[in-house]
Amino acid sequence: MPEPIKFIIDGKECTAEPGQTIYEAAKANGVYIPVLCHFEGLKPVGSCRICSVRVNGRWMAACTQPVAPGMVVENHTTEVEEYRRALIEMLFVEGNHFCPACEKSGNCELQALAYRYQIMVPGFPYLFPKKDIEAFPKFLLEHNRCVQCRRCIRAIQTPDGKKIFDMKNRSGRVRINVDRKLAAKLSEEEAQKAMDICPVGAILKKEVGFRIPIGKRKYDKKPIGSEIEESK
Amino acid sequence: MAKKITIEPVTRVEGHGKVTIHLDDGGRVSQARFHVVEFRGFERFVQGRPYWEIPVLVQRLCGICPVSHHLAGAKAMDIIVGAQPEKLSPTAEKIRRLMHYGQMLQSHALHFFHLASPDLLFGFDADPTVRNIIGVAKTHKETAVKGVLLRKFGQEIIRATAGKKIHGTGAIPGGVNKSLTPEERDFFLKSPAPHNIDTMIDWAQEAVQLFKKLHRENKDVLDNFAHFPSNHLSLVRRDGALDFYHGRLRAVDAEGRKILNDVDYQDYLKYIGEEVRNYSYMKFPYLKKLGKEKGWYRVGPLARLNTCDFIPSPRAQKEFEEYKAYTEGKPNNMTLHSHWARLIETLHAAEVIKELLNDKDIIGDNLVTRGRKKHEGVGLIEAPRGTLFHHYQINDDDQVTMANLIVSTTNNNQAYNEAVRLVAEEYLSEKPEITEGMLNRVEVAIRAYDPCLSCATHAVGRMPLEIELYDSLGRLVDRKRK
Repeated sequence: MPEPIKFIIDGKECTAEPGQTIYEAAKANGVYIPVLCHFEGLKPVGSCRICSVRVNGRWMAACTQPVAPGMVVENHTTEVEEYRRALIEMLFVEGNHFCPACEKSGNCELQALAYRYQIMVPGFPYLFPKKDIEAFPKFLLEHNRCVQCRRCIRAIQTPDGKKIFDMKNRSGRVRINVDRKLAAKLSEEEAQKAMDICPVGAILKKEVGFRIPIGKRKYDKKPIGSEIEESK
Repeated sequence: MAKKITIEPVTRVEGHGKVTIHLDDGGRVSQARFHVVEFRGFERFVQGRPYWEIPVLVQRLCGICPVSHHLAGAKAMDIIVGAQPEKLSPTAEKIRRLMHYGQMLQSHALHFFHLASPDLLFGFDADPTVRNIIGVAKTHKETAVKGVLLRKFGQEIIRATAGKKIHGTGAIPGGVNKSLTPEERDFFLKSPAPHNIDTMIDWAQEAVQLFKKLHRENKDVLDNFAHFPSNHLSLVRRDGALDFYHGRLRAVDAEGRKILNDVDYQDYLKYIGEEVRNYSYMKFPYLKKLGKEKGWYRVGPLARLNTCDFIPSPRAQKEFEEYKAYTEGKPNNMTLHSHWARLIETLHAAEVIKELLNDKDIIGDNLVTRGRKKHEGVGLIEAPRGTLFHHYQINDDDQVTMANLIVSTTNNNQAYNEAVRLVAEEYLSEKPEITEGMLNRVEVAIRAYDPCLSCATHAVGRMPLEIELYDSLGRLVDRKRK
């Protein structure tokens, strides 16, 4: 059995298995590092940068960076948390996120992060971009809420590996594009999976909204990350 | 010299409105109007939204009675998902009803105790620094506390059924997303006094007695203030009973003759028209059968007790009989009797809540029904302030393409104008000086209907009231501020 790797997060001595990312190892050691584009079981892409940490003084994405011996990781420091907070605020202002009427409210990871970081109002001006809502047989794609995390692209594919979701355009015009023919063949279960994998309310399986009562939703009782922090 | 008097904003109502009164050269009222100066735009921006979002989205119209919009939207969506009212599961129907009657209790308590009681307890001319809920709390502590706790009880019922006191998610197309647990039910039935439903019923009854006492002491004012004939409209149950949650549309004239005889509200467009006037963002609905001029009508507690045949709960029915006897069975057109009617309804709501809490269906688990889908649905409900209309169309992609909302306050639009004109003519015409008390009378007439001008915002206490006097050339000649 290979030797565990020793490293430090915020002064705490931690161990990691070889090949584990900083995010995975931190989680195993009961340290929460927030993520948004990352999802358990999917290949990490490090696109949202919410998991940013300082490693030996350099910024890195915890979800993609493997742990190396002797790493000194800054996670819950004022500088790192302020950086993450700014990223979350930017996600809010560059979309149109109206939580009060969103069926993902209470189960939304972006909203849960905002609550965890106590963001009452973003510090940046709202951009109010003009975005639309696209309809497909089993689901709706609400572009106003999409944070381009690419989870749907990675998670929802045909049995022979064809992508149903992909990106199109570049920079500020980037958006999720859907293969209409393949999307029409999605089963109810796959549509539900697409909705569940979306961290926000961008993919909405039809006719199931608001079935979970207030009080039973994922983040109604405890803040996001508390399950990791309570595990140790 | 001709003058124009502006009361802006009108205080102790929900939302923002103003009144303008024009006086001619002789100081007589030549025109009096009630303006609603807010614009919301809900009917436009719900277009494109998925239909199942509607009950949660449209309730944001209001923070006082969001349950009304929540349920009217849900009832319209029931039609769209093929779950007509008779198809809803007993649990879903009763949980929604419990939510709504909880709301009637809290909203009516809010209006009577917090907003209207200062005028009735202290008089229209009392010092405005005392004539407010804080003044009531200081001098009539027990009354104020009961008002606050009655409202709280209703809010707790809403929280148990909708998930939150304000802007919950309980009603979904075809049913509800939760029922009550036995513990939740027992909290309302068995908590120690005063936090149980039996106490609330007693307190609601006391509130009716309080109004009757005030009536005995101020009969002349309460009977004659803004007393005018009108048509009245509301939903009634199939057997003619008072019903806040569901029924058929009935309209009667000032003498009690039926204009609409218990018609299906899915066809409301056959019976109701809407007129636009250039001085208000609020439309003017009218009964098509009588035309724009004569077809205006009142909704709300006064109208409901004029249209229904009886109240299906014993203590409220007894009060109803006394109330009806006062007008010898004829429709009651006395504006300030709205408070009397509202308190009888409060008592009824409390009685129905108890009945529902004792019904085993409210802890059932059959929550949602579906049937053959449609592209259009209409949902009506008796909101605290009167009949509320929600009408939607959707496309094949499940997105809303059209919405038409006629909120309770809109239905009363002409009634406000009528009340303002009458009060202005009686109290302001040919008077050498306009006092604060006189202007408060205009507000009292509006307040009697408990208008929710934005269906969202709520103003209570002392707000800046500015009155400006203009000469016939439109020049400002005097300004008063309180």
